[in-house]
Amino acid sequence: MRVRSLDDLKAIAQRALEKLCGRRIRIAVGLATCGIATGAEEVYSAFLKGIESLKRDILLTKVGCIGYCREEPIVNVVIPGKALLLLSRVRPEDASEILKNLIDGDVPREKIVCRVKEWDHLLEKIHYGDGFTDVSLYEDTPFFKHQRKIVLRNAGIINPEDIEEYIAVGGYRSLYKALTEMTPEMVIEEVKRSGLRGRGGAGFPTGLKWEITAKSESDERYIICNADEGDPGAYMNRNEMESDPHSLIEGMIIGGYAIGAKEGIIYVRAEYPLAISRLQIAIEQSRRYGLLGENIFGTDFSFDIRIVKGAGAFVCGEETAMIASIEGETGRPRPRPPFPAEKGLWGKPTNINNVETWCNIPVIVYKGGEWFSKIGTKNNTGTKVFSLVGEVQRVGLVEVPLGTSLKRIVYDIGNGCPDGLKVKAVQIGGPSGGCIPEGLLDIPVDYESLKEVGSIMGSGGMVVMSERTSMVETAAFFVSFTSEESCGKCAPCREGLKQMLNILNKILMGKGSPSDLELLKELSETIKTTSLCGLGQTAPNPVLTTIKYFKEEYEELIKRYD
Amino acid sequence: MDEGKAKIIDEIISKYASRTGRVLSVLEELQEKEGYLSKESLKYISTRLNVPLSDLYSVATFYSFFNLKRAGKNIITICMGTACYVKGAPKLLEELEKLLKVKEGETTPDGSFTIRSARCFGACSMAPVIRVNDRTYGFMSPERLPAFLKLYGWKQG
Ligand SMILES: Cc1cc2nc3c(=O)[nH]c(=O)nc-3n(C[C@H](O)[C@H](O)[C@H](O)COP(=O)(O)O)c2cc1C
Ligand code: FES
Repeated sequence: MRVRSLDDLKAIAQRALEKLCGRRIRIAVGLATCGIATGAEEVYSAFLKGIESLKRDILLTKVGCIGYCREEPIVNVVIPGKALLLLSRVRPEDASEILKNLIDGDVPREKIVCRVKEWDHLLEKIHYGDGFTDVSLYEDTPFFKHQRKIVLRNAGIINPEDIEEYIAVGGYRSLYKALTEMTPEMVIEEVKRSGLRGRGGAGFPTGLKWEITAKSESDERYIICNADEGDPGAYMNRNEMESDPHSLIEGMIIGGYAIGAKEGIIYVRAEYPLAISRLQIAIEQSRRYGLLGENIFGTDFSFDIRIVKGAGAFVCGEETAMIASIEGETGRPRPRPPFPAEKGLWGKPTNINNVETWCNIPVIVYKGGEWFSKIGTKNNTGTKVFSLVGEVQRVGLVEVPLGTSLKRIVYDIGNGCPDGLKVKAVQIGGPSGGCIPEGLLDIPVDYESLKEVGSIMGSGGMVVMSERTSMVETAAFFVSFTSEESCGKCAPCREGLKQMLNILNKILMGKGSPSDLELLKELSETIKTTSLCGLGQTAPNPVLTTIKYFKEEYEELIKRYD
Repeated sequence: MDEGKAKIIDEIISKYASRTGRVLSVLEELQEKEGYLSKESLKYISTRLNVPLSDLYSVATFYSFFNLKRAGKNIITICMGTACYVKGAPKLLEELEKLLKVKEGETTPDGSFTIRSARCFGACSMAPVIRVNDRTYGFMSPERLPAFLKLYGWKQG
C-alpha cells in the first residue's frame, strides 16, 4: 500500500503495534551478525519447531542487536501485559523449557538479564507492563544504566525486516513532518540548532555541511551515506544498519529533501553481507509503501536510494576516494579543494555523512534541535555509539552522551579487564587514533579532549588493552596496517610509513638504538604535515602516543641491545 | 571467450543501467559467480563497458576483495583487526598456516583451502574471529582449529 497521509501512517502503526505488544506471546531472537556467530539461527529454529509442535499462537520473530554482545545469543520475550524480558546466552536446547514456562506465564529466572517496563523509542513509547518484580530493571543493570539510546533507540526491539514495526514506533513521521510542515531551509536550520557533528570521525558540523551543499549552484546534487566502516575494532555502523535500517533511510530521505538531491547512495563495505541484505529489503519495502520513489507522501518531492558495495580498501572511507570508487576508478583520494560539497560525485555538489549521523536526523527533526542540543555537552551534543571490545569483560555496543568519561565506559559499563588483569590503555579512533594510558581515563569523550591527548574520536572503536599487551608491538601493528592500506598516491605516506615500520620492527627485534626514537618522531611530523589525505595525516598517531605515554617500553627494548 | 560466459556477463551488466557504482558492482557480481576474475572476463567487460582494460585491471588489483587467481574450494579468512589482534589472531594464523602447510594468500595444492586475512568483520565482540566461506565463527583458538577444519573435509597428515 502507498502511504499518503499521517492517518495512513497511524493506521499501519496501530496494526503493527499488535505485533510488538499485542495479545500474543512474542519471542524475538537477536539475529544480527554477532548473534548469528554464536548460534542464534539454531536458537530461532529450535523455537520454531517447539511452537509448531505445541500448536500455539505464539509470535516468533527476529530482531537486531541490543548491544550486549557478551551475552549473545539474546532473546527477548513478552507475555501480554507483562514486562519485556531480556534473556541471555540462550541455547537451542533451552527453547522447549522456555516455551513451557511462557505458556504458564513464567520464564526461567537463570536466563533473565533484566526487565523492561516501558521502552522509549523517542517518537513513541511502548508500555509493556509490570510483573516479574523480583527481576532487576533495565535501567538498574550495570551494562545499560549509564547508556542513553538515540541512535540505537529501536535496535534489538523491533524487527529490522518489517517496515510496519518501524512505523509502529514512530517511523517515517519525521519525514512526514519535514515534507509537509517544513521548508528545506527549516530542516537545515533545525539540524544546525541541534549542534550535531559528523560521526564519521572529523566531527564537522552537519547542518553547516548541508547548507553549503544545498547552496552550491547546480541542477543536480547527490547525497552519500558512508557505510565503509573501515576502522578495525569498530562495528557500530554494521549494527545500526542490521538492526534499524529504516532509521538510516528515513534520515537520508530527509537529507535529500533539505539539500535538494534526488538520489542517495549508500556505500557499504563488502564485509557486511547481512547489513547489505537488510538494507535491500528495507529499501524495497520503503518503495512499496511509497516512502521512496516518486512523489513521496503525495508531495512533489521524489527521491531514491541505491547501494554500492565496497571492495575492501580502507582508504575508500575517505570521502574523495569514495567518490572515485563509486565512479568506477581506483579509490584514491583527490586533492581538496574542491570539496565534495561543491564538486563531488560526477562533478556535482555532494554531501557525505556517516551512517550514525544520518540515523540521528529523524529524531532531531521530530523532537527539535533544541531538545537534542541539551544532551551531551555544549560543543559536543547528542550521544555517540562506541564498540567496547578487546580485553574488557562486558564487550558490546554502548551509546552514551558525549562528554561521558572513559572511566565510566571502561569500568562502570565494561567492568574492566577479564582474569583480574589491569587495564593498561584504551585505543580509540581506529588505526590512526591513539593509545590513551589508564592514568588519563578521567577525560571526557568528546572531539576536543581526545585530540588534546593525541588521539581522535574516529568512528567509535574502543579497544581495551591489558597489562600484558606490548605497546611497541601495538604501534607496529597499526603502522603495518596503514602502510598496507596507503593508496600509494603521495610519497610521505607511501614511503614514510614503510620506513617507520622498518624502525619499529628493528626495535622489536632488539636492534634499536636511542636515536631511533628521535627519528620516529621526526618522520611522524613530516608524514603528518605533508600527506595528501587524512590517512597519512593521522597514521603516526599510534606511534606518537605510545612514545609519549609508554616510552619506557621502547627504552626497555632498546636497552637490551646496548 | 565462450558464449555462455559472455551471456553471464551481459546479464550482469544489464542489471546496472546507471553509471553510478557500475564498475565495482559488475566485477563484484562476476566474482561472486565465478570465484575470481579471469583475464578474458576482464577483457570482455572492458569492451562492453567501454573502459580501458588497463583501468579495469588497476581497479581489480587495487581492491583487496578481487582475486585474479582461482581460489580454493573453502576460503578461510582470519580477522587481523585490532580486537582480534589483541585477542591472539596472529597465533591463530600461525597455527592455520602450520596445519594447512600453506601461507596466507595461498591455496593448498589439492585446491581445497585458501587462507586469507581480513581487516575486521565487525564481529569484534567475539574476537578472535574467523570466517569459513560465508560463515563467521567467534571465540576461536588455535586448539579448536583442527576440529573446525575437519568439518570442511580436512584430514590431518
Ligand atoms: C583514511 C580515512 C578513512 C575514513 N574512513 C571512514 C569510514 O570508514 N567511515 C566514515 O564515516 N568516515 C570515514 N572517514 C571520514 C570521511 O572522509 C568523511 O569525513 C565522513 O564520512 C563525513 O561524514 P560525517 O560528517 O557524517 O562524519 C575516513 C577518512 C579518512 C581520511
Ligand atoms: S577486529 Fe576482528 S572482527 Fe573486528
